[in-house]
Amino acid sequence: MEPIISVKNLVAKYGDNIVLDNISVDIFPGEITVILGGSGCGKTILLKNILRLVEPFSGSVKIWGEEVLDLDDIQMANILKKIGMLFQSGALLNSISVYDNISIPLELHTDLSQNLIDRIIKVKLNLVNLSEALYKFPSELSGGMKKRAALARAIALDPQILFCDEPSAGLDPLTAASLDELILELKKQLKMTIVVVTHELASIHRIADKIIFLDSGKMLFNGTLEDAKNAGIPQIDTFFKVGKF
Amino acid sequence: MPCRIVNNTLYLEGNLTKETVPEVLYRINTLLKNQSPNTIDLSGISNLDSAGVAFLDELHNRLAAEGLLMFQGVQPQIQEVIDTFTSLKIETPTPARKMGFFEKIGDSVVLAAQNFYQVMMLASEVFYWSLIGIFNRKGQRKGSFIIQCSLLGSQALPILALLSFIVGFILALQASVQLANFGANVFIADLMAFSMVREIAPLITAIIVAGRSGSAIASEIATMQVTEEIDALKIMALSPVRYVVVPKFHAITVVMPILVMFSILVSEIGGGIIAIDYLDLSVYTFVQRSIDVLSMKDIVTSFGKSIVFAWTIVVIGAYCGFEVKGGAEGVGKATTSSVVASIFAVIIWDAIFSLLYL
Repeated sequence: MEPIISVKNLVAKYGDNIVLDNISVDIFPGEITVILGGSGCGKTILLKNILRLVEPFSGSVKIWGEEVLDLDDIQMANILKKIGMLFQSGALLNSISVYDNISIPLELHTDLSQNLIDRIIKVKLNLVNLSEALYKFPSELSGGMKKRAALARAIALDPQILFCDEPSAGLDPLTAASLDELILELKKQLKMTIVVVTHELASIHRIADKIIFLDSGKMLFNGTLEDAKNAGIPQIDTFFKVGKF
Repeated sequence: MPCRIVNNTLYLEGNLTKETVPEVLYRINTLLKNQSPNTIDLSGISNLDSAGVAFLDELHNRLAAEGLLMFQGVQPQIQEVIDTFTSLKIETPTPARKMGFFEKIGDSVVLAAQNFYQVMMLASEVFYWSLIGIFNRKGQRKGSFIIQCSLLGSQALPILALLSFIVGFILALQASVQLANFGANVFIADLMAFSMVREIAPLITAIIVAGRSGSAIASEIATMQVTEEIDALKIMALSPVRYVVVPKFHAITVVMPILVMFSILVSEIGGGIIAIDYLDLSVYTFVQRSIDVLSMKDIVTSFGKSIVFAWTIVVIGAYCGFEVKGGAEGVGKATTSSVVASIFAVIIWDAIFSLLYL
């Protein structure tokens, strides 16, 4: 199977510090890939490098076989239209309501009529269990609600690839579990490829097809969950034993 | 994507996604003008996304109103997508009712009154703790007074000097043309001294302090409020007013008259250049006359009102900071409203002082 995202020898620097050291990862279509690792090990920066929110120092990133580092702004925008991202803190636009936040990608990137957009917004918000917040402003929402609203925005366009940066951090276990259900649902019904950064053991067991284990900028493991447990790598064993870092 | 109506059945085939939906909608609208199917056949659908489901819901509602409607030939996989993304069974809240014109006016009057009351409460708290703070330095960090004096005072000097110089220069230039007409050249000194000391220097200084320090106070406190630092201070049994506002209050009380004095001096230099160079006054005449026309009352009033301006700016800045709502975006709003409100209040105070001490 052709990988949908292919990262080769990626190096990222922050000042003189190397935060990602020679990372090579393939992510396959229709799979949920979970990126694991301690705080500050470079998980978020890996996502941001793949999406060029931060320019990598060196290496290659291919999405759908295209070298994204060589693309100009317009070509990149066409790729980004098929990608959704849920940011760590939600990153909703604060000055407009939840409804408008979700309608932005729909209005600006499709030719759908207002009726249909209205329906899609309501469905997406219902999927994340947040129907009551339709007309509220982000400042009126709790941290968990913001995150769910942000997820609704991320999946507004039914993206083919969805990146989630710590989707369940700060959520209660029930909501976290329902988000996992939703992620599985999206994978199954829309054949979405999903990349998740998370710490939650329960969540990893529920959703992960493949895992990528990072430790201080280096990749320790890349493969299935079962293989990871049997690989005999001390850091990974500790993680699964203790449940966190 | 092809679609056709045969025997009262609407056949949809191929991809029904956000890219194809607008076109399908257009075609169906033309088809439905002269026919009304009662069945929709989805057996030919290969790809369906949430936009497609929204379209089917819309179609369902439209046709159901005209008669019985059913879907047929739905593959299980497509049915699952429909079940996940259907909007037919969702209940959503109705948007909040918009306020009427008079309601809005009433609302803003009540709000203004409440704000005024709260500003007064805050002011009383600030004055109380400032008075206590003179004798008892507990509850304030050591050295905060000096830091604030530097921030609010000495760092404002360059911009204040530049503006005061330009204003003094322009005022003298404008006046000199008129005064020269009457041969009343020497009165340029009177005019500069009076207008600068009584009115313009305190006002310019207050406006600069409001724009520079008032906004800084508002944004600092608003940021602390948003990031829960104010709550943290409260939990440590420290009064936020005492810890954050009082050092600024003390500093600005000391610094403001000095700034005004500085502004007067620099603007007199600006005016003096015109007086000496353009109106042929001697340096001695200009300085001597400026000093002669001023009475003690002028200077005391000038400093007195500058202190009142300063207090107003600090209290309003602090109020806007403490009352911040809504995260990072609120910080910007608090800062803006603190500058607008404090310049407004300063001008009102100025009018009151002018009426009282003409």
